[in-house]
Amino acid sequence: MTTASMTMPSSMPDKASEPLREKTIEQPVASSSATVAPVVDTPAIKIGRGQLREALSVLVRAVLPPFIGLALLVGIWAIVAMKTSGFPGPLKTWDAAVIIFSDPFYVNGPNDQGIGWNILSSLKRVAIGFGFAAAVGIPLGFAIGRFKFLNAMVDPIISLLRPVSPLAWLPIGLLVFHRADPAATWTIFICSIWPMIINTAVGVQRVPQDYMNVARVLNLSEMKILTKILFPAVLPYMLTGIRLSIGTAWLVIVAAEMLTGGVGIGFWVWDEWNNLKVEHIVIAIFVIGIVGLLLEMLLLQIAKRFSYEYS
Amino acid sequence: MKSLVQVQDVGMRFDTKKGSFVALRDINLNISEGEVVTLIGHSGCGKSTLLNLIAGLTLPSDGVLICNGREIAGPGPERGVVFQNHSLLPWLSCFDNVMLAVERVFGAKEGRAKLKARTKAALEMVHMDHAMYKYPHEVSGGMKQRVGIARAFAMEPKILLMDEPFGALDALTRASLQDELIGVMGKTGATVVMVTHDVDEAVLLSDRVVMMTNGPAATIGEILEVKLDKPRNRLKLAHDPLFVEYRAAILEFLYQKQLKQAA
Repeated sequence: MTTASMTMPSSMPDKASEPLREKTIEQPVASSSATVAPVVDTPAIKIGRGQLREALSVLVRAVLPPFIGLALLVGIWAIVAMKTSGFPGPLKTWDAAVIIFSDPFYVNGPNDQGIGWNILSSLKRVAIGFGFAAAVGIPLGFAIGRFKFLNAMVDPIISLLRPVSPLAWLPIGLLVFHRADPAATWTIFICSIWPMIINTAVGVQRVPQDYMNVARVLNLSEMKILTKILFPAVLPYMLTGIRLSIGTAWLVIVAAEMLTGGVGIGFWVWDEWNNLKVEHIVIAIFVIGIVGLLLEMLLLQIAKRFSYEYS
Repeated sequence: MKSLVQVQDVGMRFDTKKGSFVALRDINLNISEGEVVTLIGHSGCGKSTLLNLIAGLTLPSDGVLICNGREIAGPGPERGVVFQNHSLLPWLSCFDNVMLAVERVFGAKEGRAKLKARTKAALEMVHMDHAMYKYPHEVSGGMKQRVGIARAFAMEPKILLMDEPFGALDALTRASLQDELIGVMGKTGATVVMVTHDVDEAVLLSDRVVMMTNGPAATIGEILEVKLDKPRNRLKLAHDPLFVEYRAAILEFLYQKQLKQAA
């Protein structure tokens, strides 16, 4: 009893206190690293009992609520699965997931490929459609933000087309491209372009007048204005547009692929429905969610890197 | 001394929703080379408007402004501007902010190493060489304004225009920057037009104090010649009877002749 309770706090809090120590180091380092180093060492050695407890409670507060939430979700899921027939419970789904993820990159013909290939081909479509949308939308957004006339000209068109579900454009894509794959990419292009145009344009309109005055006083060339002032000032807005675009694109690709077929996570969901493998659909839902979350987090990290403190 | 800037019968109207608003009228002013002129007046008297006219950021409704024998038709690097809120670009380091201006003015005829040396010299002049690779958000307000001044000086402008350059700073920082500016002006012999609302600052720094009447339709009320020896020392001046007299004259103008009506 006593040995167990003795060893527990000595090993556990070490990990817990580490992020805290890092935080305390981070700030003073900027001013002078030489004087700070010895100061940090001493409290690390004789961390008091109160500090340990505090570090532990910070950890618990950060981890516990999400854990309870997820546990609750799984619990409700298990109960629902028990009460209904045909809906797989968490265990059955887990077993299926283990099988699927043990060989994610198999290829048995064009309509039967591993989940890895399905995710990658969906991501590829999103990347291509999004890439085209960025190539068109960002310059257009700059132009609209810079020239009032163009803004007034294009604004009604955007207002009219933006609320249209991108899937409504799918038949047009099929008609023009004759093939399913570029048609799916086309819907991604359509849904990604609006946030990109609008956010870029707003960013350009909101470039602080002070910066433009600097440009005027220095008499900078259009090129310098674009690279040194407009682009960096608009970048955070642009990145918000990109984040929104990718989010919507990832939503839309699943639906588009359900309609077009081929290889892709959306098609896979539909295929598994036809095979009545509901546990695979549940897995797909988790996979789609996790990939979407990762995309969002990645873009937030990029945005953080390029946000400046305006003061 | 040679006259550098001439302001002739300048008036400025702004078209607003309520009709036209006359901000300035009948402004006549000559600024000689090497002269330091401050514009002082209550807020809303159009002193910043006059500075923007000289900068070329706005164009006058009436009259002409001439700089170095040519009519001012827009901003240009021969007229350096120090903005009240420093206006440094937050995505460039202090060094690159100054470098941007240096490149623009000297980039065509000088090599990269020379441009860098110029930038460094400008930052050294305002004692910012220790932090020149920091970004604006990493340095204090006073330091940002130093960089703003360095940027303007680095362009070697014919005339330096400063719009309440120390207005946003605390009193102590302001004093140290004023001293800094006295030093830099002494070294370079720069021509300066500066907007201020600080009476001490006006007397301490300038050769002439241009006092402006209250707006709307503001104009030049009085011009005070400050005949104090340079370089000036704020501690010695505090008891100098001439300094006290100048100070009193400006205060009298501002708070007796041009007392703002309670709005």
